[in-house]
Amino acid sequence: MVGIVTYGSYIPIYRIKSAEIARMWGDKPEHPEKGLNILEKSVPAYDEDAATIAVEALRNALRRKNIPGEKIGAIFVGSESHPYAVKPTASLIAEVIGAYRAHAADLEFACKAGTAAMQNVYAMVKAGMIEYGVAIGTDTSQGQPGDALDFSASAGGTAFIIGKDEVIAEINDTVSYVTDTPDFWRREGQRYPSHGGRFTGEPAYFKHIISAAKILMEKVGTKPEDYDYAVFHQPNGKFPYRVGKRLGFTKEQIKQGLLTPYIGNTYSGATPTGLSAILDVAKPGDRILAVSFGSGAGSDAFDITVTDEIENFNRDAAPKVWDMINRKKYIDYATYLKFRRMIVEVD
Amino acid sequence: MVVPRFWRERRHRYSLIGTRCPVCGTVYFPPRNVCPKCGRKSLGKMEEFQLSGKGKIYSYTIVHQNVLGYKYQKPYIMAIIETPEGPKITAQIVDIEPEEVHIGMPVRAVFRRITEDGKAGIIQYGYKFVPDWEELEK
Ligand SMILES: [Zn+2]
Repeated sequence: MVGIVTYGSYIPIYRIKSAEIARMWGDKPEHPEKGLNILEKSVPAYDEDAATIAVEALRNALRRKNIPGEKIGAIFVGSESHPYAVKPTASLIAEVIGAYRAHAADLEFACKAGTAAMQNVYAMVKAGMIEYGVAIGTDTSQGQPGDALDFSASAGGTAFIIGKDEVIAEINDTVSYVTDTPDFWRREGQRYPSHGGRFTGEPAYFKHIISAAKILMEKVGTKPEDYDYAVFHQPNGKFPYRVGKRLGFTKEQIKQGLLTPYIGNTYSGATPTGLSAILDVAKPGDRILAVSFGSGAGSDAFDITVTDEIENFNRDAAPKVWDMINRKKYIDYATYLKFRRMIVEVD
Repeated sequence: MVVPRFWRERRHRYSLIGTRCPVCGTVYFPPRNVCPKCGRKSLGKMEEFQLSGKGKIYSYTIVHQNVLGYKYQKPYIMAIIETPEGPKITAQIVDIEPEEVHIGMPVRAVFRRITEDGKAGIIQYGYKFVPDWEELEK
């Protein structure tokens, strides 16, 4: 049995309300609140980045179950906001946990780099190459100030340790669906991303998630009603319900893992952190469908079954996702600019 | 700080790894090669020791000066943290306003950016402390 052995998440404590961003740019607060279903979003502190979030998420996973560094055979870190353009985040993670023999690399695929990391680790464990591996999705994403992404791009991350022994959630199968679709991009050297406006919905988000979910359910022989929970990539608080409805999932199946209304879109952290919120409450036998989406474009889908082992697992040893969502400090737009290093100083 | 020194110290800065004297059991952070209490008896025998990262604020000060690299964080809190393992650690306290901090406050270590050498240089990571929310909410 190959699956999740332990997991942990991290969400920065700072929040900015959509109404505050709307006030700054002269938008009506109804636009983000009702139009996007985003009430507020997480903001990394001045001294946080995708690497510090990755470390905190992984430490939370290790608090729940300690796996010694020498047993970790792989570290893959998925992010679109790695602190360096050249110098891996994965090697920093390896140093922090003393995993000096790990296959380590950073992955990029817009918002699906975290699930791509999970697939890589899953494959290596399944092949018998490694005993345990770490997969992390982490981001501190930033939209152009005043753009629609300013309401959503946020910070957070989740780490999974995947292995064969004492698995709390078995990964039954995983598939992907990928096409060359230019819905969202950032050219090398550009500070902020560009996106194709309405083009981001139907041919990108919906097409890829629906395709990957259908391919997976057909492969494993499941129907939407076989799942207790479903988590879909969540660029806003509306798309996941809409894509779920089109696939045949109910709001009740989606609610626990839908975090965007309260923390925004954590990009590579989004689907992994939604899954983490589900694992926080899941019971043995619960079945979970998780489908990410990364612009450019592709989706990774996972069919997961929670095992009896979760009863012996120390979930309370680290903060749960909804506890971290509810623990918050509000900042204004000026502080947000300061934290995000967006103030231009002229010498 | 120069890159080689930070690189040599990365293990204790990243993971709060100190040393423990096998003769008398005293834990040191930052790590020491010799136990000052046991002297020669401890030479070459000091063991690596991982601190739990938990602690309490023993003393603190609020820094208002515009120290290089802290312009965007001032006023900031520097504290001496008493750890259950013994060593007292000097570190920045973050995620909290100066008026909220108090002596005896339970804190725990987190991994943060410490300094960065301009926009093009190396980013140095290490420990800071935050309020131990789980402990405070008990
Ligand atoms: Zn001694």
